[in-house]
Amino acid sequence: MASGVAAWLPFARAAAIGWMPVANCPMPIAPRDHSKRKDELIILNVSGRRFQTWRTTLERYPDTLLGSSEKEFFYNEEAKEYFFDRDPDAFRSVLNFYRTGKLHYPRYECISAYDEELAFFGIIPEIIGDCCYEEYKDRKRENAERLMDDQEENKDAKLPNMTFRETMWRAFENPHTSTMALVFYYVTGFFIAISVITNVVETVPCGYKSQKDVPCGERYTVAFFCMDTACVMIFTVEYLLRLFAAPSRYRFMRSVMSIIDVVAILPYYIGLVMTDNEDVSGAFVTLRVFRVFRIFKFSRHSQGLRILGYTLKSCASELGFLLFSLTMAIIIFATVMFYAEKGSSSSKFTSIPASFWYTIVTMTTLGYGDMVPKTIAGKIFGSICSLSGVLVIALPVPVIVSNFSRIYHQNQRADKRRAQKKARLARIRIAKKGSTTAYLQTKRNGLLNELLDLTASEVEQQHLNKTSSLLESQHHHLLHCLEKTTGHEFVDEQLFEQNCLEGALQPYRSHSRTPSASSQDGPTGTCCSRRSKRGSTPVPNASQPHMLTHTLPQSPGLQELSAINIQCAEQQLHGSSRSNLNMQTNEVDRRNTRQQQQQVTTAIISVQTPSTGSSASDEDHDHGLGLPSVVTTASSNVIKVSAL
Amino acid sequence: MAGCTSRCRQGVLKFMQSLRRLVFGTLSKDKIDDELEMTMVCHRPEGLEQLEAQTNFTKRELQVLYRGFKNECPSGVVNEETFKHIYAQFFPHGDASTYAHYLFNAFDSTKNGSIKFEDFVMGLSLLLRGSTREKLEWTFHLYDINRDGYISREEMTEIVRAIYDMMGKYTYPALKGDVPKQHVDAFFQKMDKNKDGVVTLDEFVLACQEDETMMRSMQLFENVI
Repeated sequence: MASGVAAWLPFARAAAIGWMPVANCPMPIAPRDHSKRKDELIILNVSGRRFQTWRTTLERYPDTLLGSSEKEFFYNEEAKEYFFDRDPDAFRSVLNFYRTGKLHYPRYECISAYDEELAFFGIIPEIIGDCCYEEYKDRKRENAERLMDDQEENKDAKLPNMTFRETMWRAFENPHTSTMALVFYYVTGFFIAISVITNVVETVPCGYKSQKDVPCGERYTVAFFCMDTACVMIFTVEYLLRLFAAPSRYRFMRSVMSIIDVVAILPYYIGLVMTDNEDVSGAFVTLRVFRVFRIFKFSRHSQGLRILGYTLKSCASELGFLLFSLTMAIIIFATVMFYAEKGSSSSKFTSIPASFWYTIVTMTTLGYGDMVPKTIAGKIFGSICSLSGVLVIALPVPVIVSNFSRIYHQNQRADKRRAQKKARLARIRIAKKGSTTAYLQTKRNGLLNELLDLTASEVEQQHLNKTSSLLESQHHHLLHCLEKTTGHEFVDEQLFEQNCLEGALQPYRSHSRTPSASSQDGPTGTCCSRRSKRGSTPVPNASQPHMLTHTLPQSPGLQELSAINIQCAEQQLHGSSRSNLNMQTNEVDRRNTRQQQQQVTTAIISVQTPSTGSSASDEDHDHGLGLPSVVTTASSNVIKVSAL
Repeated sequence: MAGCTSRCRQGVLKFMQSLRRLVFGTLSKDKIDDELEMTMVCHRPEGLEQLEAQTNFTKRELQVLYRGFKNECPSGVVNEETFKHIYAQFFPHGDASTYAHYLFNAFDSTKNGSIKFEDFVMGLSLLLRGSTREKLEWTFHLYDINRDGYISREEMTEIVRAIYDMMGKYTYPALKGDVPKQHVDAFFQKMDKNKDGVVTLDEFVLACQEDETMMRSMQLFENVI
């Protein structure tokens, strides 16, 4: 429960009156405010600066230092104030948290000092409000990075238990890890460069041969072939090594870089396989074009290329829009030019697709001059075309450029925020689950406390009541009332699932229960009939009421799967329990105790006879057979009174 | 004939306008954002003495109540969203928004979509310090959603469904079948004396006063403040 709305709890409890007419079962007793303290001002002296606030303000958050009894350690008797030897500036935010329910991070504060203050006062930083959370996280990360730089030498230390394969993969991915990796990195880079340069130089004309300019490739065929072979050897070896070292070979083979590798070396092998046939040599020459893809292998070596590729990918929609609008304009103007120039003779605008070339060249303001309009109409439209070209291209381009930088930075920040958000939500969910499970836990303990309320001495009672604050007990009472209104109980997820499973087995087991209990069905609410069903399982006796918790022997009747499942789920027990036998007995005991106490509670509320105390103790002394009869009376009392 | 001329004139006018727009552009000046923020309405309650006279609370209690109220709603009024949010904090298991909606309507006596401190305190005074009759009347008004003086089966089903929504999904025993409907049937069986399908205020009060358990439960919340 967000204790920030603690002030509204009285209202929520008052509104619970609206449930009363609808309720099936009687309501539980409200927790008493034993020490009816009037709201008083308390003084907090932090290094000389005095802060004052109401006691109830601080008690809103009972799991922090100021909200719990931990602050009594700092109480100064003579001055009647609480003295903390801490930074008063940071304390301001802490105190404001209690007042407003929101924790703010002041920008001037050092992040580690602030963290220390929060840790001292028992406040988790996750509840910093949204307004300040990002700033807080950024500063924290900066700080962490700064500290991490000092430890980076140790980071690349070789982990002792890495297999050869893992070492190799790490060497490939991160060349700075070892000298061998670095050497390999530079060698491959060098050979990529050589390969690209060779492809380029191959086509340069050098020298004459039979009065014809001959490219170097044809002149020094053998040399170039050897060069090509060497490069392809290196590339193949590299690819195979990567393939071997990859943790997931299938994923590696699907990745872009590996496809580029394959495309780069394939033409060579295909060329080896194919014979020197006239028909296919044309195709073979085309294949050589793919050798240029080797230049993309540089992207492994260059971070910048990778970033460029990524940003292009993320700006694809803007680029797409640009292309689309250009295409539209081109088609329009090409059509217009074609029809405008149709009349003139010896016009180069032979068809609309032929006019595309003119339109593109004009719109991008290139103006080669190989196609020019000759008619007046053509010239007019040609000028309109070039003007609009300037506009159509010049306008989106800056938008795209700014989009690049914006999207790039945004992507970085969005990834960061997404990662933070998931973790943050997980933590909030855990805290929320904590509040819902807090109620379930308190229920289990609370029933114990109620029993002890009747019988235990005042001292023990005080001690046990102190474990949960008044606010919490009032909130739990409210939830308890809701349970009673609807006749269903809150359970946590695992229990619910188990019950669903057990629900399939339930019909077979109900026949084995004593008929006396089942005859109570019908008008009674679900809660009461369920309890009476439960009570019918034989419960062993106990010597005295307050020894109930730890002297019940094992009951044989409770070997049902459902009961045991539920027992296993109820593992968490507080130290407030006084039994110290082994877990097994305790679980059984708790189940029995719980059932008994439920019945006890019911009996007390509905019967309200002065012999309540004695009836409870009588019940405890009863044998198992006697219990259903007691339950009968209790249930029948309920029937009489509520007349549902 | 005259119609033809006027239509022609309109057409020409429109054409001139569109030509003008084509030449001079259609950029209009930025409209001034004159959205006066209505949310900054601030409301101050009447004096403490007056409230003390009108309700059954002492000055001290009113002070405590107001401090809590003002802390959550600095503007002095609660609107429905805030109310739902606050109420939902108390029931983390399920969905409390429907029931909070009905509660809000029950408290909002002036039906203007916001609860002032006076409404809040009057409602609480009835609930906590009022006579049994007043409490029952308040509950009747809570159930009577359309304020026609009768609780119909549909209204009751809605209320009961809203209460069950607050329980959430993970309950024991699991909510199978139409549990709210059964609950409503039981309720009507008890309350509807003349079996006419609706419950009037008198039937309601009578039936509740006969029910000892309920009367006792209602006294349970005396010491809430």
